[in-house]
Amino acid sequence: MNRFLKKTYAALIYLFLYAPILILIIFSFNASKSRGNWAGFTFRWYLELFKDRQIMKALSNTVIVAVLSAAIATVIGTAAAIGIHNMKGLKKTAVMNLTYIPVVNPDIVTGLSLMLLFVFSNFQLGFITLLLAHITFNIPYVILSVLPKLKQLDKNLYEAALDLGATPFYAYRKVILPQIMPGVVTGLLLAFTLSVDDFVISFFTTGSGVSTLSIIIYSMARRGINPKINALSSLLFLTVLLLLIIVNIRSNNQNKKE
Amino acid sequence: MKKNWLSYPYLVWMLLFIFLPLLLVLYYSVTVRTEEGIRFTTEHFRRFLEPIYLRVLLRSLKLAFISTVLCLLLGYPMAMILAGNHFKQKNIMVFLFVVPMWMNFLLRTYAWMTLLEKKGLINTFLSWLGLSPLNLLYTEEAVVLGMVYNFLPFMVLPIYSVLSKIDKNLIEAAEDLGADSFTVFRKVIFPLSLPGVVSGITMVFMPAVTTFVISRLLGGGQFTLIGNLIEQQFLVVGDWNFGSAISMVMILVILLSIAVMSRYEKENEGGGLL
Amino acid sequence: MGKKGRFFLLAILVLAVLLLSSCGRESQVVLNVYNWGDYIDESVIDTFEKKYKIRVNYDTFSTNEDMYVKLKSGNADYDVLFPSDYIIERMIREDMLLKLDFNNIPNFKYIEERFKNQAYDPTNEYSVPYMWGTVGILYNKTMVDEPVTSWRILWDPKYSKQILMMDSQRDSIGVALKMLGYDMNTRKLEELEAAKEALIQQKPLVLAYVGDDVKDKMIAGEAALAVVYSGDAIFMKRENPDLEYALPQEGSNLWFDAMVVPKTSKHKAEAEKFINFMCEPEIAFKNADYIGYSSPHREVKKMLDPDLVNDPAAYPNEEDLVGYDVFKDLSDYLKVYDRIWTEVKAH
Repeated sequence: MNRFLKKTYAALIYLFLYAPILILIIFSFNASKSRGNWAGFTFRWYLELFKDRQIMKALSNTVIVAVLSAAIATVIGTAAAIGIHNMKGLKKTAVMNLTYIPVVNPDIVTGLSLMLLFVFSNFQLGFITLLLAHITFNIPYVILSVLPKLKQLDKNLYEAALDLGATPFYAYRKVILPQIMPGVVTGLLLAFTLSVDDFVISFFTTGSGVSTLSIIIYSMARRGINPKINALSSLLFLTVLLLLIIVNIRSNNQNKKE
Repeated sequence: MKKNWLSYPYLVWMLLFIFLPLLLVLYYSVTVRTEEGIRFTTEHFRRFLEPIYLRVLLRSLKLAFISTVLCLLLGYPMAMILAGNHFKQKNIMVFLFVVPMWMNFLLRTYAWMTLLEKKGLINTFLSWLGLSPLNLLYTEEAVVLGMVYNFLPFMVLPIYSVLSKIDKNLIEAAEDLGADSFTVFRKVIFPLSLPGVVSGITMVFMPAVTTFVISRLLGGGQFTLIGNLIEQQFLVVGDWNFGSAISMVMILVILLSIAVMSRYEKENEGGGLL
Repeated sequence: MGKKGRFFLLAILVLAVLLLSSCGRESQVVLNVYNWGDYIDESVIDTFEKKYKIRVNYDTFSTNEDMYVKLKSGNADYDVLFPSDYIIERMIREDMLLKLDFNNIPNFKYIEERFKNQAYDPTNEYSVPYMWGTVGILYNKTMVDEPVTSWRILWDPKYSKQILMMDSQRDSIGVALKMLGYDMNTRKLEELEAAKEALIQQKPLVLAYVGDDVKDKMIAGEAALAVVYSGDAIFMKRENPDLEYALPQEGSNLWFDAMVVPKTSKHKAEAEKFINFMCEPEIAFKNADYIGYSSPHREVKKMLDPDLVNDPAAYPNEEDLVGYDVFKDLSDYLKVYDRIWTEVKAH
């Protein structure tokens, strides 16, 4: 009974998360450009999508920036979290409060102040500045994901490893890292998510010729978002789902072999 | 344990890309450009103390607070279920929790509008059941729903990551000592998961205060929120000084509230909660 | 680490290679064009690239203000922009635009005389109009059976919670000002205070203050009346024949989007080539046909569907546009508009 209740609850939450995605997919087949009118079934937007140079380029930019920024932020952020965890008193408070700044600040303030920083230091706005900005707003989320795992960590483990003759680096890799891994993965996932979704900061820190999907989608806001974007999102969603299934089957097979 | 050096790359990064821009915002917030040049002033801060602006700040805090509480109430059980042994592929279930967030935010929010509107899918379903349609869209509830939807993963994931490694022996020990499941939760599980809860609250509350696109779309733009006000100053009005001053005040208010919360967490370190 | 780590490193490597290869070839001139999203027939860009052997980097922005702030930073290297009237006025005042050499833009002759020398560029030295339109009332004939002639209908309690206003300070305050018989660019405080009172009084009747979602809502029949741009009105009428567009007798807003070249451009000649190309009759027709907004191009009107050209929503007569104000750049006075809008919203 209890188990059934839990599964139902989980199912309801997933329904909540996926209901809008379902709508989005349905409307990618709508012949009308408007969501207010169902004008019949069409593949038109999918065909147009592949002819759209701008969107395809933006898609690759988005993925590259998201993967790179999430990966770099995870490395820097995880190391930073370990360092911060060992800090004490005022220093810790100061570092943590500064870490919160990109989370607290409205995107427009982060975006504009970073833009000014790049302009003052004569940095040509473009891919690199976009990447730097994304790493900057991703790191705090990684730190916030890793810190709770560190607090949970048994301090004696690390010292025990050292006593047994492990080098500090080895002790880290073999003892600490596996323990905090769920936090690191959480940070990576959240960083990737934030990077994919960001519009305002990206807009102000990128240069000519380097657009992301978000920039394109928001720029359509005055005219109405072209259903091509719905088609693209549906395809992306299905791709991710397919990848998940493949990974799932492979790990199942591996488990069986073992 | 001397490993502070691990944070050095980040400290440099922080100095360059967080601290310097922050100084810039601070500079704008206390200066004004006049014909004789730039001079220092506190007028922007004084202006923000006018009742209409304070009302905007209060409303933003209120909505963010409600959304954070709801995220916690909905998210904590979900994190527990994910961390338990109910699914064969735990990792995949967690992954599926963030995948919807990879679809663009605007598209997701528009999809919610399609669901919530007067002749939308939810109301169509209700009238099919023979119930009278509800007024869902363009209400404060719709705004809260949008916020919860967008921030839920930021609450669930950190709690899940902490819960997934709680020592099972502790729980069993408590049960052996005769604690019922609620007591186990109250005395063992929840206190141990507190660091994750604090991270979750931080990652939901802070950005929720400044989002305004959700309220503009799902709330029908009926009220200005603080993020909206700041954006207007920077873009539409071009008053970067006032915009910076509002941001500074907001940063202070939020950091203070987080400081109060984390003190609460520290006091309770080591059990004895609620 | 092990297997997973290696896979990860490999992925990053592949991405880095992809990245480098995409910024290789840079021999020909690259023209950076900055336009509103979905505001061009994209095949036109390919045609231009093939014809002139100039590569086009096409980027998009979502509001005039976004674009302006980006340009103002001085670090953006765009060559052709498509801003609206009041922003062009501000950019001219702040010396951010280049004077065009109209010898390089012979197709300027196709632009109707009445759209030249507008107040934002009085001697027409900086800009070439791209699209234009009005702001008016879109209504659903099944819900509104009286004739719609005045902004006052948006204050009629009969339509309580059936009205959609624009979520934009200047547009909504402008509607209230016009309803009261004032100028949309007023700098008189008492007129603005009156507009504020009117908007506060109207607020309980308003279903929502909306952006582009007005289209979906009106097409789906979620509201009876809405303030909309004429170009969008044409699209909505096509999607839902119950909808009709009315130009209020008190006057309204007349707007232009025009092509300009910013001071920071390093390819002025090529930029002018692009602007000229956009004014070629077939190209201008393709764009007008794709976007659906009103074109200031004389030849385009002859090529478009006569039903559209004769629709007063799309191409109103000159005499219908008496009392229509083009937005002026209000510079510092915008603060007053902003305060009033915040007061309306905070009420």
